Amino acid sequence: MIIPHPLLGPRDSQEFTYLGDASLIERPDWQADNAVDQFHDYLYLRDNPAGAHRELWFHEQGDRSWLVVTRDTVTHEIISAELARDVAKAKGRSK
Amino acid sequence: MSQTNRIDGGLIDRARTLNFRFDGKTFQGHPGDTLASALLANGVRLMGRSFKYHRPRGPLTAGSEEPNALVELRTGARQEPNVRATVAELFDGLDARSQNHVGSLSRDWLAVNDLLSPFFAAGFYYKTFMWPKAFWEKLYEPMIRRAAGLGSLTKETDPDSYDKGFLHCDLLVIGAGPAGLSAALTAGRAGADVILADEDFVMGGRLNAETFAVGDMAPGDWAAQAVAELTSLPNVRLMPRTTVLGAFDHGIYGALERVSDHLAEPAPGKPRQTLWRIYTKRSILTAGAIERPIAFRNNDRPGIMLASALRSYANRWAAVPGKDVAIFTNNDDGHRTAADLLSKGVRVAAVIDSRLSEAPRTNRYEVVAGAQVVDSNGRLGVHSITVKLPGGDTRVIPCDALGVSGGWNPNVHLTCHQRGLPVWNEDIAAFVPGASLPQGMTVAGAANGAFSTAGALASGAGAAAAALGDLGIKAKPADLPQAEDDPIRITPLYHVPGKGRAWLDQQNDVTVKDVKLAHQEGYRSVEHLKRYTTLGMATDQGKTANIGGMAVMAEMTGKSIPETGTTIFRPPYTPVPIGAFAGRSAGKDFRPVRQTPSHSWAAEQGAVFVEVGMWLRAQWFPKKGETHWRQSVDREVLATRKSVGICDVTTLGKIDVQGTDAAEFLNKIYANAFAKLAVGKVRYGLMLREDGMAMDDGTTARLAEDHFVMTTTTANAVGVYRHMEFCRQCLWPDMDVQIISTTEAWAQYSVAGPNARKLLQKIVDPAFDISNEAFPYMGCGEITVCGGLRARLFRISFSGELAYEIAVPTRYGDALVRRMVEVGQEFDAIVYGTEALGVMRIEKGHAAGNELNGTTSALNLGMGGMVSKKKDSIGSTLSEREGMNREDALALVGFRPVNPSESFAAGCHFIAKGAEANAKNDQGYMTSVCFSPNLGYTIGLGFLKNGAARKGEVLRAVNPVQNAETLVEVVSAHFIDPEGERLRA
Repeated sequence: MIIPHPLLGPRDSQEFTYLGDASLIERPDWQADNAVDQFHDYLYLRDNPAGAHRELWFHEQGDRSWLVVTRDTVTHEIISAELARDVAKAKGRSK
Repeated sequence: MSQTNRIDGGLIDRARTLNFRFDGKTFQGHPGDTLASALLANGVRLMGRSFKYHRPRGPLTAGSEEPNALVELRTGARQEPNVRATVAELFDGLDARSQNHVGSLSRDWLAVNDLLSPFFAAGFYYKTFMWPKAFWEKLYEPMIRRAAGLGSLTKETDPDSYDKGFLHCDLLVIGAGPAGLSAALTAGRAGADVILADEDFVMGGRLNAETFAVGDMAPGDWAAQAVAELTSLPNVRLMPRTTVLGAFDHGIYGALERVSDHLAEPAPGKPRQTLWRIYTKRSILTAGAIERPIAFRNNDRPGIMLASALRSYANRWAAVPGKDVAIFTNNDDGHRTAADLLSKGVRVAAVIDSRLSEAPRTNRYEVVAGAQVVDSNGRLGVHSITVKLPGGDTRVIPCDALGVSGGWNPNVHLTCHQRGLPVWNEDIAAFVPGASLPQGMTVAGAANGAFSTAGALASGAGAAAAALGDLGIKAKPADLPQAEDDPIRITPLYHVPGKGRAWLDQQNDVTVKDVKLAHQEGYRSVEHLKRYTTLGMATDQGKTANIGGMAVMAEMTGKSIPETGTTIFRPPYTPVPIGAFAGRSAGKDFRPVRQTPSHSWAAEQGAVFVEVGMWLRAQWFPKKGETHWRQSVDREVLATRKSVGICDVTTLGKIDVQGTDAAEFLNKIYANAFAKLAVGKVRYGLMLREDGMAMDDGTTARLAEDHFVMTTTTANAVGVYRHMEFCRQCLWPDMDVQIISTTEAWAQYSVAGPNARKLLQKIVDPAFDISNEAFPYMGCGEITVCGGLRARLFRISFSGELAYEIAVPTRYGDALVRRMVEVGQEFDAIVYGTEALGVMRIEKGHAAGNELNGTTSALNLGMGGMVSKKKDSIGSTLSEREGMNREDALALVGFRPVNPSESFAAGCHFIAKGAEANAKNDQGYMTSVCFSPNLGYTIGLGFLKNGAARKGEVLRAVNPVQNAETLVEVVSAHFIDPEGERLRA
């Protein structure tokens, strides 16, 4: 597969390591009332779609960017690739 | 006697003669021959025995789709099984042997299987040889395995090398027949970057096997001229002997180039084969078509082959399997073979055309119209055929070769590698590529159903112009010569009904009957049919067999062939040696090792090395007279605890953490608090996974307000770094923190023992005070040594002794360790390896990889109190789960044998005295064990339920693997200096 890196252009997927569902960005608030339940769901529950899937890839043999890649799990079409940092900030994550 | 079946013409170099051996007998051939063509030229039709029934077989085809003519090639370490004789290029000295027979090829004892065939029908594995049950594993299966097989492997190491390569192009053209050549000419002349790949060693495809004119030239000459022009274009790369084996995601193709297979052995420095990864913007599949046979009784005798193969052997290789040839066809193409053979002076006994009125008539040879071949006769090769005439009478026609033409199948294989499904084209009675193709691919020529030469030339050029147009490259289709443009006239016939066995898949010995039996037993899906009957399996993947099998299935179910569908085509197109996939990752290069800066110094000391996290680490340093590793390790441990020892700890992961939020970042990464660590201090840190299990541990030093240096374990260095980047970028993107791995930037050594400070004082520059008061336990600082060399000093201890770790830039590591050993002579300093390191950490009760094994929490490790509840850190929330905090949770404690002369092994489980040793009574397990030379007996660390409260208790350490058990006493994990006085000395 070829991943269109937002900074470096098209890169072979062999340069990356894969983590999984991009929902891992949405780490719950540790001070919430039901924090343990929220963390449980965050860590263990995943959707397994046939179709568009947002997932985390690490450009380990490259610039060490974490990317959120939207990939069709049926056709392997790459719909988009964004810097995970930008995605995290857009979701309101900060410090 | 030699080359009795060689005729005139052909693309062989008669000026040179090549000697080769087959089954020990010497033959002659010429450059340009394949093993199959040379054997046929020498009158050898019998080349192998079939898989199950050991029936005599000769080549069915003249290409890579060959099911029968599989041989063992070469001898010794280069011996290779299952080589298709039809594509094995002849070289001088080639040595080949037929395979799968007991006794000689012509008198195979296992041919008895053919008489026993009722026992080996489809699915026989599941039905026969069932009783007595115990016989299956011990008797039946080994016997069947031995009888049914292909070639044998050499047991020697492959002496050749394999390589991998990467190519990029605008346009990849797959197949160099008429369509491929016209596509490559069109694109090459337009200046595009073109790769033209073909599995054959001569480019031109069918053009080299035909006689009709292209323009005013012989077809092979036109192909040679086109290849010459392409060779002259710097933007075109020609890759003969290269099979494009798969179409992968996003326009990436895999290709195997047989660099040296046509030579006796590879030229010095050259690989045998290269596996290419080709990145394309566009590709054109011009892989041509493969003729299919018609099944009839005994259609597998040597001498019976595809009509197109017969034509190829005659036209390209000037070889014929017989002098008296018959043709069986359901379409006009079979007649082309008859005409070509006649013009070569070969007698054509008859053309049996299954069509009655559509069969073309000629006075050049006899046409038996509306007839079918119903049987063949002959022992080790065909000598006559039985033909059923339209009226129902039969007639025996003597012949020593039969060409069979059942129509042509476009080579759609690669169009299906990305879930594409082929569609049925009634006009040519064959599957053609469907609408859903791999990204960037178009299909042209016979692969797309354009079977005429004119059609192939035009569609190749058109496809190339269109593909380049997509890329913004202007190209006009190449000027094309006049060529034959005959229509396709075919009346489908897949098998001749009747008694006896009619072979569909000759490689797997699958007959029409087998497919009918599978249907009768309820198998309807073609995928199930394939698995049950093995139709279409093994090295040829049914390239000549599948359509016939589907046609029989369709007949049985009353469906059409397209309704029945094809099995899924998967890469590779033809077999690829595992060595090619491995490439250079073989032997030592399979897993390269890293060496620390002072590796050669350690080797000079006679170190015994071990691989850890891809590093080579010194395990111990044997001295003269030491004959057992324990002697060396015990000496290293005792000498270190007595005076001072030096150990290379460079391999620990080092991560530099900087930024105004660095302290807060570490506070989130580590379970224990880091924000308030003072500058100039080091702290032990425990890192959890989000699920609360320990991930890694190490020490982190604060060199400045905004600058920390973290160490990780050797094995987890990469994973911890990746995790920290995830946390930094994905979880807390606004933190001002930067990290970088500096593992390879610093050489680091542990100096441990009561005289560690005295030794260091001899190399640390006088401006730096490292006395106990100025540089206390867990202190750190940037210093200079040896007269100005910058260094970092950390007062940390894994051994439990007064100890330091000193780091210098990598290039000074070797010099530093030599200097320390030199100045340490005064204190009888020794060097120690990872085994002594391990003994000392067990004596001290420090957890390591054996304890941080992915299933243990902070609480299990005795560090539950370290997990701060006042802050958010990775793993802190889920550490609070009920199940993680059971009262009887496993806790890390020490163990010693009740009888000091006894020992035990890591991995033992703890069972109460008198209880049965089973999982229910399991109390925990031993993780680390060593002999303590300081205590004089074996000691261990392990996890025990509620262990902290059970000191003094005696348990059984049970080792069911070695059938041993030892009584052990639960003790503190700190065997040495439990108060930590030595550390602070």
